[in-house]
Order: sequence, then structure tokens, then C-alpha cells
Amino acid sequence: MSTLPPIRVLSPTAILGYGFPTASFEAGLALNPDVIAVDAGSSDPGPYYLGAGISFTDRAAVKRDLRYMLVAGRARGIPVLVGSAGGAGARPHLDWTVQIIREIAHEEGLKGRLAVIPSDMDKAPLMAALASGDLVVLPPGEPAMPADIERSTHIVAQIGEEPLIAALQAGADVVVAGRCYDPSVFAAVPILRGYPRGLALHMGKILECAAIASIPGSGSDCMMGTLDEVGFVLETMNSARICTVTSVAAHTLYEKSDPYHLPGPGGALNLRMAGFEQIDAVRVRVTGSVFEPSEGYFVKLEAARIVGYRTVSIAGVRSPDFIAQIDDILAGVRTRVFDNFPEMQAGSANLIFRVYGRDGVMGALEPERERLPHELGIIIEAVADTQDQANTICSFARSTMLHFGYPGRVSTAGNLAFPYSPSDFKAGAVYGFSLYHLLRVQDPAAAFPFHMSNLEDSA
Amino acid sequence: MTRLIDVASVIRSKNAGPYELTLDVIFKDRFWYEQALRENLINPVLISRLYNVPEVDVLGIVAFEPANAIKATIRRPMVSGAIGETDVYGAQQHAPLLALTLGSA
Repeated sequence: MSTLPPIRVLSPTAILGYGFPTASFEAGLALNPDVIAVDAGSSDPGPYYLGAGISFTDRAAVKRDLRYMLVAGRARGIPVLVGSAGGAGARPHLDWTVQIIREIAHEEGLKGRLAVIPSDMDKAPLMAALASGDLVVLPPGEPAMPADIERSTHIVAQIGEEPLIAALQAGADVVVAGRCYDPSVFAAVPILRGYPRGLALHMGKILECAAIASIPGSGSDCMMGTLDEVGFVLETMNSARICTVTSVAAHTLYEKSDPYHLPGPGGALNLRMAGFEQIDAVRVRVTGSVFEPSEGYFVKLEAARIVGYRTVSIAGVRSPDFIAQIDDILAGVRTRVFDNFPEMQAGSANLIFRVYGRDGVMGALEPERERLPHELGIIIEAVADTQDQANTICSFARSTMLHFGYPGRVSTAGNLAFPYSPSDFKAGAVYGFSLYHLLRVQDPAAAFPFHMSNLEDSA
Repeated sequence: MTRLIDVASVIRSKNAGPYELTLDVIFKDRFWYEQALRENLINPVLISRLYNVPEVDVLGIVAFEPANAIKATIRRPMVSGAIGETDVYGAQQHAPLLALTLGSA
């Protein structure tokens, strides 16, 4: 028999900084949520943000969202949780977010206990874990090498709900964590209060994208999850959107290779027995989701490292003869560039021609590569060991292509249309993912300890 | 013959982690979902041909009844964001699916 009252978790937005209508947020508050939680991150935007320690979200937009959440949370005495702080969740991202929180606390006169949970990994223990077999491959990736660890600028672990629960048990009113498994911030309070882990995590999995799981979907609107001991109900906080069985179930597919089996820290969600039921015109109830602990507790690691420096030049082509001979021309330009700079040919410089209108979007996966249009967009890209080398390769390739002679050429004033002056753009450091592997941890709460302070403390 | 695009509400692609690209077809109703399953419309040979990848790189095909959905996952040609990447999020790799048809028999 149910003994716990339903618990309500409000997710204001899909990514902290993506915003939400104030009317939706207030509609959520009117239902008396027990928790306000938000996912602030993703590895989707690629390795740069993690590697460089920079957020892919805008500071003013993040501060705007956080202000509503913190003011409401403190006024109501309910916990506020932020996961994957600053987008990638490494130390610089976490510090950036904490600074914003302290500014808001100061401006709004907020008081309370703030727990900060870094999820960065030191290199020495990871090298030991690699040697002992506790740092393992995640197929279809390749096994990690020592250099992958050594060269990484930031290494984070996707933490589960356990470190968040430890902070809540210690009296935290606001919890801000580094990289988190997305559902963790939504599931932590319900799991702490005794609700089933599988249901709490599955609800969190849907809430982490807020109203994306509704129709019409939006990453910038609020969603409420109401959990009991048997299932949970999802509803939007905006009458313009509804939850349907299809919208909620479809979201379970999103960004996952197998919707029935969703691995996370410490185990996997099994949705084979999950049921999705339309309980009225706008709400969906989900039951039957089960969490199955794995043998050994593993967290996913993410890391990035510098792989070079980039310069790009953007141009367009309208000559039919040029377009018909594009492959020969690009090969000719490439040969000319490396004839002039042979020292950069031996792997230290990459020269890439992106041909939009042909295969610029799909690259090797493009099935219609031979169907050429009347105009092409070309990006000349150089990635080299230094910015100067990248500038040189890009510049030389650009000037060579501009004046390259080809059979039947009549437009002898130049082959390329440049939309910009200057034509070349220095894009700075280029990062690549260096780790996306699993790490065995003995005690997930002890591995990621929290640091408690007061919201009103100065930074 | 029925065009997939007329009976599907969603045809999309997206990264599933940095190593994988996952393709989702969500049908407008149970009838066409079941019809696609009967025809074995989405299968490894088809995905291999449409995306010009070896069959071994078609990592899985899963039917998900609660969403009337069929999903195929392939290994990305390169790790997301690597040098030479064309689509960091993997969000515009769905187009080869748009021309599929059902009920050709």
C-alpha cells in the first residue's frame, strides 16, 4: 500500500540558460513543488567547451533562470538542484556557476546552505585505475591509453544521485554539481525520501529535457513530474502544450541507442515492463520502470584535449566549369599547398575542403554526392600544431584556389566569391574528446564529496 | 505504395554519445508501425546501403512499441567533434530515410 504522499519535481527548462516563460514557472509553483531541479549541461556541443573550460550557455541567460529558481526555492524552503554546472561540469564551469549563484544570493538577500560537488578526476588515480583494469572501454569506442589521460585538459565523471543525496542529508538547501548523469538532480530528493529508484530515474530522464517531451515540444518551457510509489505523472506548465503517450515515449528514444535498456551510474534502467498511459487530455502516467544495479558501480568519464589550432576561410562558387571539376581542382590546390610547405605535410597539418551543396553536411555518409547544384559553398579549413601554421596553410590554400587554372576557365578574374573581408578566420584551439570511458568506483558518495558553505558567504 | 514521410511524424538523427549516431522513425499510428515491422522496412542491409557504411557498423535496430518507433544506430564515421567533423550534434543525418516507401509488394 502507498504510504508516501506524491512528490512533485519542477523542471523549468531543458538546459539552464535556455529560459522559460514566467507564467509557466508560476503555474509550476502554484502546484507546490517539493523540488526545483535543472540540468545545466550536455556533451552534445562537442569537446571544445569541456576542454577549454568555457560554458556553451550565456551568462546573463543562466543568471536569469537561476534567479527565478533560487528565489522561489528559498522562499518556499524547498531544495534547488543544478547538475552539470556550466554546461560541461568541470571545475571552471562549476566555479562560474557558483559565482553566479553568489551574486544572486547577494542581490536578493538569500540565505541558506549551499553544497558544491566537483566531479573532476585527478590524473594519478586514473592512471592507476587504467593499470588495474578499473578504467574500461565503452563500446564502440577504443580502449584508453595513458596519453589520453595525460594530455586531457579537463576530466569529469558523470556522477549519480548518491553524492547529491549526501549533500541533501547534510542539510543543503541548494546543490550545485559538476558533470552529472542527467536524471540525477531530479531523482536525488525522491530517492532520498524512499521512492523507487527506477521510477525516480525514469522520471528524471524525461524531466531533464523539460517540455521537449510534450507537443509542441520546447526546450524552453516548464514540465512537472509527480511521483508516487507506483508510477509518475508528467504535465506541462503551459496550456499551449500537452503530454501524450507518443510525446513522452518518443522522448525515451531520444539520443539513446536502446530505449529498453538505459545504462547510467551504478546500473541501468530497464523499461521492458514500462507502461505509458494517457490519464486525461494533457497528462501521461508512466509505470513499471525498474532500475537494475550492475555488478560493480561504474561512472562515465568525459575528457577533452587540444588537438591543434584552426583557421577557416568561407567562399562560394558559381562557375559551372569549376563546379563540374571540383574534385580535380581541390586535389590540385592540395598538391600546390603541400609542394610549397612540405614540412607541414607529414601529419602536422590538416587541410580540409568542405563542399556545401555536395557533401558538406553528411561527409562520408552522403549517398547523393554526385548530384551537383548550380552553386557551391566551400569552407577551406586548416588545423595545425600552431595558429601561425594554420593561418599559413589556410591563406595559401585560399589564394591558390582563388586563382587556380583549370580546363575551360573563362572567369579569369578569380574562382571564389568571398562574403567577408578579411576572408580568413582564426578559430583558435581545437579540442577533441580524449576519454569517454567507464570508471569503477567503490563508494560513489565518498568519491565525489561536497563542500558546504552559506549562500550569503562572499565568493 | 506509401511514402514513409506521409505515415511518420518524426524522422530524425542525433548522436547517442560521441561514438554513435541514432536514427529514429516514429510512425503516426500503430498500423503503419506494424506494417513497417511486417515488411522489415528498417534493416541492417538497408541502413548499410543508405549510409554507405559496412553492415558491421550498423550497431542495432530496435522497435519501441510505446512510441510506434523504430530506431537504427550506426557507428559514427568519426568521434563527435573530431577534425573533419561535419555535424557535431548529428542532427542532420536523417535525409536518406526520407525517400523510403512502404507497401511496395
